[in-house]
Amino acid sequence: MTSTDETIITPADLAGGGVGGDDPDVRGKFGIFGGRYVPEALIPALDEVAAEYEKAKTDLDFVREFDHLLRTYAGRPTTLTEVPRFAEHAGGARILLKREDLTHTGAHKINNVLGQALLTRRLGKRRVIAETGAGQHGVATATAAALMGLECVIYMGAVDCERQALNVARMKLLGATVVPVTNGSQTLKDAINEAFRDWVTNVEHTHYLFGTVAGPHPFPEIVRDFARIIGVEARRQVRELIGRLPDAVCAAVGGGSNAIGLFHAFIPDEGVRLYGYEAGGRGAETGEHALTLTQGSVGVLHGARTYVLQDDEGQTIESHSISAGLDYPGVGPEHAWLKDSGRATYEGVTDEEAMEAFALLARTEGIIPAIESSHALAGALRLGRELGPDAVILVNLSGRGDKDMGTAMKYFNL
Amino acid sequence: MTYPRTNPAVAAGAVERHLRARRDVGRGLLMPYVTGGITPGWTDYLRAFAAAGADAIEVGLPFSDPTLDGVTIQQASDAALARGASTRRILADLSELSGLPDLGVPLVVSTYYNLVLHDGPEAFCAALRRAGVGGLIVPDLPVHEADELTGVAEGAGIELVLLASPATPQPRLAEISARSRGFVYAVSLMGTTGERAALAASAAELTGRIRRVTDRPVLLGFGISTPDQARGARRHADGVVVGAAVMRRVLDGAGPDDLRAFLAPLRQALDQECDRPR
Repeated sequence: MTSTDETIITPADLAGGGVGGDDPDVRGKFGIFGGRYVPEALIPALDEVAAEYEKAKTDLDFVREFDHLLRTYAGRPTTLTEVPRFAEHAGGARILLKREDLTHTGAHKINNVLGQALLTRRLGKRRVIAETGAGQHGVATATAAALMGLECVIYMGAVDCERQALNVARMKLLGATVVPVTNGSQTLKDAINEAFRDWVTNVEHTHYLFGTVAGPHPFPEIVRDFARIIGVEARRQVRELIGRLPDAVCAAVGGGSNAIGLFHAFIPDEGVRLYGYEAGGRGAETGEHALTLTQGSVGVLHGARTYVLQDDEGQTIESHSISAGLDYPGVGPEHAWLKDSGRATYEGVTDEEAMEAFALLARTEGIIPAIESSHALAGALRLGRELGPDAVILVNLSGRGDKDMGTAMKYFNL
Repeated sequence: MTYPRTNPAVAAGAVERHLRARRDVGRGLLMPYVTGGITPGWTDYLRAFAAAGADAIEVGLPFSDPTLDGVTIQQASDAALARGASTRRILADLSELSGLPDLGVPLVVSTYYNLVLHDGPEAFCAALRRAGVGGLIVPDLPVHEADELTGVAEGAGIELVLLASPATPQPRLAEISARSRGFVYAVSLMGTTGERAALAASAAELTGRIRRVTDRPVLLGFGISTPDQARGARRHADGVVVGAAVMRRVLDGAGPDDLRAFLAPLRQALDQECDRPR
């Protein structure tokens, strides 16, 4: 275990750990995916963010400050927990959980927001805006804004505000203004639309603290790099524990930041299989799901070319998931690229499967996971049965389930 | 004074020739906007625009996620989509009018890039052409992403209009102006579409900067809804785009004649002698 005064992140970790070959090109493209499909008015701001980030990530003072916050504020490194009683339901495969649920604010989102809040300060901007689905990114952003004295406005779909009322209260307590978004499907995608509208209007003094690895370049790269610590730590921890790398790495995929954060350090490890689990909602056949990579087609949404859930006319389809954080009809362009290149495999997990895994982890291990993370847990159960008892599976427990108790009470009649 | 030509080798397309010809006789250009498919007989609005003295007409193909649009165009898009509007149906409606010959005014379609990509840029541009459309505006396609569309559009005879914003630095503005076809769409302010109390101060500065690098017609859009604003815009730009002010009236139930009446004073304002710093 790393002691609290030991550096956990280095410029090399931030800059991709020398992985090479998997960074976007100068126009922010991962193969055909990514790019910047945004109004002209935002291009100078994106250029500014990209340029400042390029400087920051090799600036030892910036990296030290980020490292300091990760250790002393976010609570890193997070531990690795083996869950043998849970794994009995996975055909005996060993399952290891990367405990992002133990970070400050209770989800992996804190990693990205601390990095971007530091970047905001470097940019000389005094206001941050953010979108949020489950409320976790909103809470994390409000937290970082409070810590650094930034004005903070959070856009959240009105439906999500209702589903995640506790997180709305948290954000308000932290001093943020929460704006319920009442147009469209009133969920994450509409919150992002509204945040873009704010940004194009207030870009001079505002940073859009984007919460996932989607959106226009450089957000997919920046958010990935700030989340990358998850996989960097986990890779080392698994090796220390079992003397080798895991056979498979699993994460839930909505926009895809917790997944890319865990995957990225493992991409060069050819023997490690990468599995992303999307929200299957009520089932692929019902049309009520968020199976962007597995059922969607290539399009442009929120500034990036990527897989999108769209109808025969090219209109975005409203996604469905019991988990607000996965309820998104787009996905980060690097995932689209990992899918098409075959490096990662993406599958669906239904609401029902996720809720079974949610309850199972609680009962067998005393850990209540976020419903988002429960999709990865359900995937790991399925994968374990496929890979057999010798397999070691690493799962990103991306967040804790406290925020989901309302949903759980209804679902299980608690 | 004469303008420096951006690229004399490129022959102007039909939309640009039409706008240049009108501009060069001193006429202030008016391009009203309508969301395609907003009502059952929506193409009657186009006839009303032409009758009201429009110099070009912008037809929006509604998209589910209009990130650059304010609340009025959002509502119009949602209403049109709820009625079953689609690219295919809107273009079918337009092909019955066949643009310039019938209306005497070029048609310019605007939409978000996902709808262009959906059938592929080639098929999309060919469909526009068949429907009698001459120009295309894609507000979420900045110049550096436009490569895959510019050649295809040019080949299909569609003039791809690029947008410039107050934040655009001068070298980039030169590139946008050089690569834009039809006209240069000057976005008057940092913000979304929608009516504003006054013409943004950034409008004059931006159009001035565009004029330094091109002699293409420059139309100013975003937040222009009153005769006063049109008059103010005319001092700097060759003309104006009027969108949200039209669509708010359509959403409130205005018919073609109402819009004709609404546009008349705007037309008059643009026709007045202006003390423009030419």
